[in-house]
Amino acid sequence: MEALENLGVWGSILIAVVWSALPIVFILLYALVTLYAEMKIAAHIQDRLAYMRTGWHGTLQPFADILKLLQKEDTISSAADRKLFRLAPYVVFMGTYGAFSAIPFSSIYIGSNIDLGVFFIVAVSSLVVVGILMGGWASNNKWSIFGAMRSAAQMVSYEIPTALAILIAVMITGSLNLQDVTKFQEGGIHNWVVFGGPLPLTQKLLLIPFTLVTFIILFIASLAEVNRTPFDLPEAESELVQGFNTEYSGMRFAMFYLAEYANMFLVSAVTVALFLGGWTSPFGSFLSGPVWGLFWFIGKCLLLVFLQIWIRWTLPRLRVDQLMYTSWKVLTPFLFVCIFGVGLILVL
Amino acid sequence: MNGSKTLLTSYVSQPGEIKTSSGKTLRTDEMIINMGPQHPSTHGVLRLEIVVDGEIIVDVIPHIGYLHRCFEKHAEHMTNYQQVIPYADRMDYVAAMNMEQGYAVAMERMLKIEVPERVEYIRVIMAELQRIASHLVAVGTFGIDAGAFTPFLYAFHDRERILDLFEMTCGARLLYNYIWVGGLSHDLPPQFIDKAKEFCKYYRPRIKEFNDLLTYNEIFVKRTANVGVLPKDVAINYACSGPMLRASGVNWDLRRDDPYSVYDRFEWEPQVGKGEMGTVGDTWDRHIVRMREIEQSVNIIEQALAGIPEGNVQAAIPKRIRPERGEIYARTEAPRGEIGYYIVSDGSTTPFRVKARSPAFVNLSVLPEISRGAMLADLVLIAAGVDIVLGEVDR
Amino acid sequence: MTAEQVFTSLKAKFGDAVLEAKLDALQPWILVVPERMKEVALFLRDDPAMQFDYLMCLSGMDYNDGKLGVVYHLFSTVHRHKIVLKVQCAKETPHVQSVSAVWGTANWHEREAYDLLGIIFDEHPDLRRILLPDDWGGYPLRKDYRVPEFYNGVKVPY
Repeated sequence: MEALENLGVWGSILIAVVWSALPIVFILLYALVTLYAEMKIAAHIQDRLAYMRTGWHGTLQPFADILKLLQKEDTISSAADRKLFRLAPYVVFMGTYGAFSAIPFSSIYIGSNIDLGVFFIVAVSSLVVVGILMGGWASNNKWSIFGAMRSAAQMVSYEIPTALAILIAVMITGSLNLQDVTKFQEGGIHNWVVFGGPLPLTQKLLLIPFTLVTFIILFIASLAEVNRTPFDLPEAESELVQGFNTEYSGMRFAMFYLAEYANMFLVSAVTVALFLGGWTSPFGSFLSGPVWGLFWFIGKCLLLVFLQIWIRWTLPRLRVDQLMYTSWKVLTPFLFVCIFGVGLILVL
Repeated sequence: MNGSKTLLTSYVSQPGEIKTSSGKTLRTDEMIINMGPQHPSTHGVLRLEIVVDGEIIVDVIPHIGYLHRCFEKHAEHMTNYQQVIPYADRMDYVAAMNMEQGYAVAMERMLKIEVPERVEYIRVIMAELQRIASHLVAVGTFGIDAGAFTPFLYAFHDRERILDLFEMTCGARLLYNYIWVGGLSHDLPPQFIDKAKEFCKYYRPRIKEFNDLLTYNEIFVKRTANVGVLPKDVAINYACSGPMLRASGVNWDLRRDDPYSVYDRFEWEPQVGKGEMGTVGDTWDRHIVRMREIEQSVNIIEQALAGIPEGNVQAAIPKRIRPERGEIYARTEAPRGEIGYYIVSDGSTTPFRVKARSPAFVNLSVLPEISRGAMLADLVLIAAGVDIVLGEVDR
Repeated sequence: MTAEQVFTSLKAKFGDAVLEAKLDALQPWILVVPERMKEVALFLRDDPAMQFDYLMCLSGMDYNDGKLGVVYHLFSTVHRHKIVLKVQCAKETPHVQSVSAVWGTANWHEREAYDLLGIIFDEHPDLRRILLPDDWGGYPLRKDYRVPEFYNGVKVPY
C-alpha cells in the first residue's frame, strides 16, 4: 500500500477505487449467499427442500437466477416516464451503497472513518425512499403508485424510531463515529451497549432494561425500513401485485432486489455496530484482531439477517393504519421513555 | 386486543369535488382501480372494479364470467342424466365430490331411489374428506392473502394426503366422476379404510399446529377481526350459506337441517361464529368456522369409517334414467355452502333444464355490501374470507 | 305452513294475481302473474305467518311453448317451511317484476336469467349481462337459440 502511495496522485486514486470497490464486491457475494440462504431457510420452515438440482443441493441456483435475469428483456411500458424509470433502481442502490462507506467492517477497514458516521448513514440511506417514489411514479401504474406512496410513508415514519434508538446508543457511547462506538464496547459480550456498555455495575444494571427495549425496537424499526415482513406493504404481493417494482423486469428488477438485500445487511450492520459490539469479539481479547473482527462483524450481521428471514416466513403482514399505529403510538413513546430513563441514569 | 377494537374499519370518506371549466364535477380524491382478472389474490379470474379514496374503498363492483363454461347449456345437450356428473365436477373443482353428491341426491329424490347403506357411508366419507381438502385450500390461501406464505404450504401438504386417498379410490386427484346417480363408480379399494384411519390420526394434531401458526397469530387476528362484518339479517337477505352464514351467527347446516344421506347417525356439531376476536360475522369468524368444521369433518369420517356396512355399491344404479315429467330442487351442503340443483324433466332421457345454484356465486354477490369503507388491504382478506372458486361462480 | 295454506292465504290477499297451484307435485308450486310478483314477494317475506326470508334459488326457464318463466324457491329460516313460486310470461314480451329489493340475492340471479334467457326484470337496479360478454348476441338458454357463426370475428363452433 505504501508503494502505491509513492506513485503520487494516480496511486491514491487507485487506492480509493480499490477501497471503495471492496463493499460492492462484498455486497454481490453476500447477495448470492443470502439469496440461496433465504430460499433454503424458507423451504425448511415450510417443510420442503427448495433448489435441489442445480449443483449440489442447488448451490448453483443463485448464479442461474442471475443469468436468467441478465437475459431477460428489459421492458419499459409505453406510458412510463422513461428517464425516471431508468434512473430509479440506481438511486435506490446508490442510497444503500453510499451508506456502506461508513460501516466499520473491522478495526482496520472502514470505507470512510467520518466523525458523523451514524448520522451519515441515516441521512444517505433515506435516498432509497426517493428512488422508490421515482420508480413507483415513473411506472405510471396505479398499483406501483400505491406501493411507492406506502413505502414513502412507511420509511419516513420509521426513521423516527430508528433515529431515536440510535440516539440512545449515542448517549451511552458518547460518539457518532462508528469506530469509536465499537471500540467503546471492546472487552467482551458484557460490554456491549445492549447489556449496558462498560459502565460501573449499578449504572449498568439500571441501564439494561432500557437498552434491551431499545435494541428490540431498533430491530423492529429496521424491518420496516427495509420493507420486510411484517412490514412488507410496499411490495405486498397479494394486494399490490409487486408494488413499486411491478413494471420492472430483467436487470433493473435485479437492482431493486440487490438493494433490498444490501439494505437488510446495512440495517443489521448499524444495529450490530451500535448495540452488539460491532467487530469486537464476544470473548474479550480471545479470538480478536482485524481478521477475526471481520468474521465477528459479518457473523453478527448475518445472524440478524437470518432473524429477518425467519420472521418473514412466519408472520403475516400488517395493514397500513396498523403500521402507522405501531410506529407513532407504540415504538416512539416507548423510546421517549427510554431516552428519559437513560439520560437520567447517565447524569446520576 | 384493545388495539383491534379501536381500529374500526368504517372510515368516513370525504371526496373533494371540483368543477371543471365545462361544468362537470370531478371527484378528485377518488381513483378507480382494476383488481384482476389477473391478480394474485382474486383466486382465479375475478375482476373487481374498485373505487378508492386513498386506501379506503368507496365502492366495489365485481365482474364475473371469465370462466363461464356453459354448464347449464351443456347439461341440456347430454344424451342422458348420468353424463351431467363430470360437468358438475368441473364447477367447483376444489370440491368436486360435493358437487357430484348434490346432483346425485337431487336425481335420486326425483327418481325415488333408495341408495344402499354402504353407498351412503362412502359418500359421507368422501364428502367430508373433500370438505377438509377444500377448506384447506381456503384457509391456506387466506394465509397468503394476509402475507403469510408458510401456512399455505402446510395446508397443501395435508391436502395432498387427501388427494392420495381419492387417487387410490378412483384414480383421479381433482375431478372424480365417482358418485353416480344411485351408487358409485367403484367400491372402495381394500386398503382404503386403514389408510383413511391413518390419515385422521395423522391430521388431528396438524389442526392445532395450523391454528398456532396462523389463526391465533396476533397480527393475523388484528388484520381480520372486525373486518368485513356481515350482519345476520344481511346474510339471510343475500341468501349466504355455508361457513359464510354460520360465521354470522346463524346456526344452520343443511347436513342437519335439511337432512340427506346418513349424517343423522353421527355425532357432530355445526360450527357458528361467536365473535371471539371482534364482531360476530367478521372475517376472522369465517376463518375459525372453517377451521372448526375441519375438526368436525374428521370426527364424522372416523365414525363413518368405524361403522361402514357391507354391500353392493352399484345395486341401485338404474339402467336407464327416465324420470317422469316434473321438477325438483334439492340442496346439499358443499364446503362453500348450499349447492342446489333445480332439475326439470320433460319425461325424456335428457334433462330439460338443469340450474345449479352455486354457493360462491351467491356469497360473492354480498361482497360490495361488506367491503365498503374497508381498506384496500382488507378487501383482499374479505374476498378470501368469502372463499370463492371461480369455476363455480361462473359455471 | 303447508303449500295449500300458503296458496289459500295468497289467494285471499291477492285474488286474481295468484293464478293456480299444483299441490300434488314433488315440490308443490304456485303460479303468480309477473306484474304483481314484487307485492306477493313482499307479503311472503314480511307476513309473520310466512316469513320466507331466504330465497334459495331463482331460475329462468324456457318452456319451449312460447313462454318464458321464472321459478322462485323460497325458504323460511324462522318457520323452516318451503314454497315454490312461478311466474310465466310470453316470449315476445318477457317482462317480470324484479324482486331484488325484497331479497338481495335476487340481484345477481336475475341478471343471470336476463343474460341467459333474456327475461327483463322491471325495476332491477343494474340489469346487465353477468356471465357472458356485454356484446354477446342472443340468449343461449332459450330453446330456439342458434350458436352464432362468428363472435367479434372469431369463429365460435369448433
